[in-house]
Amino acid sequence: MNTLILRTVAPALTALMLLFSVFVLLRGHNEPGGGFIGGLIAASALAIYGIAFGVGAVRRALRFHPMAIAGAGLFLATLSGLLSILFGVPFMTGLWVYPRILGLEVPLATVISFDLGVYLVVLGSIVSIALALEQDSETEIPDAEVAQAPPLEQVPLRGKRRRRDRQPRETR
Amino acid sequence: MAASASPAVDLSAALVLTPPPLGDWLVVLPVVLMIGTGALLMMVRKSVRLHGAIAIAALVMLVVLDAALLWRVSLHGPVTMVMGRWLPPYGIAFTADLFGAAMALAAAIAALAAGLFSLADIDAAGRRYGFYPFLMLLMAGVSGAFLTGDIFNLYVWFEVLLISSFGLLILGSEPRQIEGALKYALLNLIATTLFLIAVGILYAIFGTLNMADIATKARLAPPDAPLTTLTALFVLAFAMKAAAFPVNFWLPASYHTPRIVVSALFGGLLTKVGIYALIRVTIMLLPVEREALSFVIAVSAALTMLLGALGALAQMDTRRLIGYVVIAGIGNMMAGVAVGTPAAVGGAVLYALHSVITMTALYLMAGEAARIGGSWSLASLGGLYRRSPGFAAISFLLMLAAAGLPPLSGLWPKVALLKAALDIGAWWLAAAILVSAFLLTLALARVFLLAYWRPQPTPAVEQPCPTDWRITLPLAGLAVVTLVFGVFPEPVLRLSQAAADSLADPQAYINSVFPGGRVP
Amino acid sequence: MEALFAVLVGFFFAAAIYLMLSRHTVRILLGVALLGNGVNLLLFTTGRLVREVPPIIVAGQETLGTGAANPLPQALILTAIVISFSFFAFLLVLTYRAYQELGTDNSDRMRLSEPSDEPLPPMGY
Repeated sequence: MNTLILRTVAPALTALMLLFSVFVLLRGHNEPGGGFIGGLIAASALAIYGIAFGVGAVRRALRFHPMAIAGAGLFLATLSGLLSILFGVPFMTGLWVYPRILGLEVPLATVISFDLGVYLVVLGSIVSIALALEQDSETEIPDAEVAQAPPLEQVPLRGKRRRRDRQPRETR
Repeated sequence: MAASASPAVDLSAALVLTPPPLGDWLVVLPVVLMIGTGALLMMVRKSVRLHGAIAIAALVMLVVLDAALLWRVSLHGPVTMVMGRWLPPYGIAFTADLFGAAMALAAAIAALAAGLFSLADIDAAGRRYGFYPFLMLLMAGVSGAFLTGDIFNLYVWFEVLLISSFGLLILGSEPRQIEGALKYALLNLIATTLFLIAVGILYAIFGTLNMADIATKARLAPPDAPLTTLTALFVLAFAMKAAAFPVNFWLPASYHTPRIVVSALFGGLLTKVGIYALIRVTIMLLPVEREALSFVIAVSAALTMLLGALGALAQMDTRRLIGYVVIAGIGNMMAGVAVGTPAAVGGAVLYALHSVITMTALYLMAGEAARIGGSWSLASLGGLYRRSPGFAAISFLLMLAAAGLPPLSGLWPKVALLKAALDIGAWWLAAAILVSAFLLTLALARVFLLAYWRPQPTPAVEQPCPTDWRITLPLAGLAVVTLVFGVFPEPVLRLSQAAADSLADPQAYINSVFPGGRVP
Repeated sequence: MEALFAVLVGFFFAAAIYLMLSRHTVRILLGVALLGNGVNLLLFTTGRLVREVPPIIVAGQETLGTGAANPLPQALILTAIVISFSFFAFLLVLTYRAYQELGTDNSDRMRLSEPSDEPLPPMGY
């Protein structure tokens, strides 16, 4: 899949999709969109990058492990719900502030930080699954070996189990 | 969009406007604590040395929070908190009554014991893989299932605990673990899908998902509503989760494959979540329809406990044997649901509390026996009494508890269930309980005889096996819990009876969710 | 309209159960995925089917207009889709790994953890 065309287009496409995912995330407050769909878009962007340049490139570009990103998102979402304990309202109540930034009133809420947490959880977990699958197909066995492999039904039940030598993986 | 721009609406009909008392936060804090700690552990995934300490600290806090919640519920009645200020039935409610709070506390104690044991059992590779984050998320799912007051939310917590149990099950990625996980995952997924189907039909009938609201409406439902079908679907889904006959075969196929700590958590907690949901739905929400199905449930219960006990007699592997002991216990709890009188439900609740503690302890015991004796097989284990008399004494106590012999905690729920079954004239159910207990005693006595009492079959070199406090402490702690409840059963008996009474007559529960009465 | 959807849901369930009765894990997996979609359709049907009025409160109004769709089943379906999507992804990887490690996708042959020739425990010593 890593043709010249894909490798040329992939960085621009990834950047565009990541930007769009943030737009969808922020748009989600009052209109269709939100953290979940935004996270999915961002995860697909990184998956495209991975198809073009390999799993290692995505891991380097992310800097953090995908599961750590998901953990940070979950933590942020939990904190945004828990913040309401300080204000005497039930769990997960939206709290608003209206700061004036550059003369514009910008409404900010724990709803947004919760959605950002969802975005990160989805991004992290989907990317980690996608990378695990892409890594599997990268270290696929050569075609000759596939031809020699016995068809599904004829594998002996408990004798020697066929175990392919795969590279040690760093999934999760 | 400032607040002044919106039209003047009377919000008191839709929102909670008074600040909730700080004590009400105890309903959500157990779940929040577990999710937060799990997220934190995922963030610091590199420093595995910290994981154990953070997780144990969080589990200790979980026990404290659940104990405080139980104390508050026993003093003031059910506690409710709604999410995001929206009043029920529109907002999602977390409601803890005596049953839910007591189960949550027992689960937290069992998880703390398993967590301590895991410090010795889970190596650095398992920790890097994410044992502790998965443990935290599993406990979030379990606590959420026990404390939620919304039936769709219950489904969501089922899924949370299911996905973290998948992660725990394949810890190590051995072929036999993957095989066990595949069977477990597919069948449990089908069970939760059945649950979701039932929730969909329930919503179509009642137009609500709040449990208190359902309990009110189900008692006034028109006679042509398909409630018996609905209840049958619920019973099938939860029986599958709880591993009741004839949908129990996934349990002995998978519970012996993961690490022993994981088996202990599953055996202690997961099947009991199924029983909890079964009791909650059939006794509190749909009691009239349960009567129609009581014979089916009773037959399933009797067969579950007999087949569980017979299965335990036929096993060579200690872990598979304990898996069948778990199934036999499920049969006993189902018998309480089948009989359905408050006394019987009290017995089932008591059995569930006892089973959470004892089954966790039994699996941990098998793990320690395998560490000392070097095998899981009854054919090659032996001489454990000579090598470690203290451990043998603890094991003996735990086996007595699991078999239901005095003076341990297993006796009282069986007595309560027997009496309740005889009171309604179901002598054959009572006989099944007795025969199953007798067979279980045989199976467990044989484990003691073969693994502990007889000399080691192949005289190996007697290398001393150092005792480890991280293993001894949780085992001894759980044994002390079951011993104390066996000798001084009064408080727990009263607790479980009160829980059963409030399930049969959920007015206090409904009042807690709708303090001003139900607004139609 | 609801009756038509009920029949459709029935078809989904029938196909899913047929697939799940297979002994090949991939087919079982497809059956589970199909079952999940059937349930989503069921949830959708339970919340009353109406045409072309989205459940959005118009500006200036305080309640939904008459004939608007029921938003709750849609929220339930969204949750269920997310959950079944993540389960499907996990099970897909698990099935693939099981095929790699065990060398078979036939569930009858997956007896590694439950050997069929396990002896009975000793009767005495």
